[in-house]
Amino acid sequence: MEFDILTLKPLLPELFVLTMACLILVADLYISEARRGIVHMMAMLTLVFVAILTMRSYGGAEQATVMVMNGTFVRDQMGDILKLAIYVLMAAVFVYAKHDLRHRKLFVGEYYVLALFGMLGMMVMISAASLLSMYLGLELLALSSYALVALERDSARASESAMKYFVLGAMASGALLYGMSMIYGATGSLDLLEISMAVRDLGSDDIVLAFGLAFLVVGVAFKFGAVPFHMWLPDVYHGAPTPVTLFLAAAPKLAAFAMAIRLFDLALGDMHIHWQGMLVFLAVLSLALGNIVAIAQTNLKRMLAYSTISHVGFMLLGILAGTPAGYAASMFYAIIYAIMAAGTFGMIILLSRQGVEAENLDHFKGLNKRSPWFAAVMMFLLASLAGVPPFVGFFAKLQVLSAVVDINLTWLAVYAVIMSVIGAFYYLRVIKLMYLDAPDTDEPINAPFDLKAVLTVNGLAQLLLTFLAGPIIAACGAAFGI
Amino acid sequence: MTMPIEAIIFYFFAAILVGAALAVISVRNSVYAALFLVLAFFTSAGIWMLLEAEFLAITLVLVYVGAVMVLFLFVVMMLDIKVEPLKAGFARYLPVGAIVALVMAAEMFLVLGAKHFGMERFPVPQPNPLGYSNTEELGRVLYTEYYYPFEIAAVILLVAIVAAIALTLRKRPETKFQDPALQIQVRKEDRLRIVKMDAEKRADQ
Repeated sequence: MEFDILTLKPLLPELFVLTMACLILVADLYISEARRGIVHMMAMLTLVFVAILTMRSYGGAEQATVMVMNGTFVRDQMGDILKLAIYVLMAAVFVYAKHDLRHRKLFVGEYYVLALFGMLGMMVMISAASLLSMYLGLELLALSSYALVALERDSARASESAMKYFVLGAMASGALLYGMSMIYGATGSLDLLEISMAVRDLGSDDIVLAFGLAFLVVGVAFKFGAVPFHMWLPDVYHGAPTPVTLFLAAAPKLAAFAMAIRLFDLALGDMHIHWQGMLVFLAVLSLALGNIVAIAQTNLKRMLAYSTISHVGFMLLGILAGTPAGYAASMFYAIIYAIMAAGTFGMIILLSRQGVEAENLDHFKGLNKRSPWFAAVMMFLLASLAGVPPFVGFFAKLQVLSAVVDINLTWLAVYAVIMSVIGAFYYLRVIKLMYLDAPDTDEPINAPFDLKAVLTVNGLAQLLLTFLAGPIIAACGAAFGI
Repeated sequence: MTMPIEAIIFYFFAAILVGAALAVISVRNSVYAALFLVLAFFTSAGIWMLLEAEFLAITLVLVYVGAVMVLFLFVVMMLDIKVEPLKAGFARYLPVGAIVALVMAAEMFLVLGAKHFGMERFPVPQPNPLGYSNTEELGRVLYTEYYYPFEIAAVILLVAIVAAIALTLRKRPETKFQDPALQIQVRKEDRLRIVKMDAEKRADQ
């Protein structure tokens, strides 16, 4: 078998991230505590260069999909857009995290190394064209995440949530693997394209395929955190150190989206009628539970965890439509949601001080008196999460809903709107606390410049993206051929 | 109908495997559980041997039975695991758990029965030609067809190492250790104190 070095070209971003992660791992050993900032800079440079590498290979809609490595790796437009979004999110995560990591005495190279390996796992998932590489990418991301959650070793809360995450994650991996083995048993192939051809021959009513599909849905739903596979999410978001919650909340949702598209649309597209029903069930439950239980939370991290669950419901709505417009809407929603989630957790970090974690709603009381600017940033983020026009969150919701209406599931769209109206209550409550209540402390907000600058951009993006998101929406559409 | 010898061997190993796996999760003593896991690995190696996957079978015995499980036994023996608190909610959750398990088992039986995975659904595998090497064939696909997943698996192992060290390695202030650099720099004045005192007469003289 001949090997051509050029087949590695589409893999350049992955190879670069792997090389840099290993380099940082070794370099960190020789960098003293005081100069840990170098590790941070190396991680940021990695993101910049990998973005350039991905951009160089990104050729727009006319560029054909490239498959290499014997059909285990695929480079296409959807993958490139999602990867670029992940780099931007990870850069924001690193900037936000640095401040809080210093407070917690967690400013160690391992955070960056594990986060980069986790990012590599996401990239592998996004580009997976076979069940095997999909599963391995998922495990790479999951293992890095478990370790990151447990990184704060002296915190009983972090260890407990890491344990829960690990045990539940292992069960979900088992379910996913079992589903994959059923699909393999029925179709005789691990390759997603070959599976889709075999499914066409077998017919969509093959019971073994349906059985395998049910387990695949479990695996994907766990990764998303959709009800009833959401149990880990509030505990892990709450228990993990905020820089790690930030990492978990933002980018992995994009990888989960890619996983759902590759498994359900690419491989099992002919079984749309089966997985649509399952996803409707998951979406209905996620929207209800996420929005209603969040009202009862007094801890902001827990509240945002439930808010994640409800937003996952929206992402699933777009996917279950099964149309290119639905996928594009869901992809746009996932990207916008990840940006909003990163911003809100960034705000928690901004208000945290040495030894005090601003994770309760009370910490946001009277923020307007302490810093009108950041109260406005937080208001933008929350209003966008709630889906208030003219913020970009509203337009993301609108696109998903119109995709659902287009497939004649109007009741589902109406239901989603009602649930978001219920959900708007708890976002508005935080805004009320910030603007109408008196602050508990009049301490000024101390944070480094880079954190404040990125957070400001993140907040303003909620408004500006409404007008400037055209290229993103167009790219999302082009990824699915519209 | 007589059973072919392969079927008899398969059912023999399969029965032991299922029994051992059940014992792993049901015995009270965790050392016994680890030993049953060894038995489970060993019998699955037997089944793999039946599939003519000799290399995998031997690796399973060497790596899992020989190395991993022995280490695991050490850990189990060093930890003082109390079984009773772990089983605290067992009786309370048993009815619901049993119902869910039974329903799932019934559903799996319906799908995985002879209708979909019966002998007639799959062709009889061709026996391997003489001189066929399982190890060579595995190596061939591992480094060509499955090169990419193989590399990712290697990265996963690297992450596991990094995570294990990051989570367990810590500098304890109470740990005593030697610093050779300081040891060789020591001077006589640092360690030795010469006390001048007058000689004293013995009391009995």
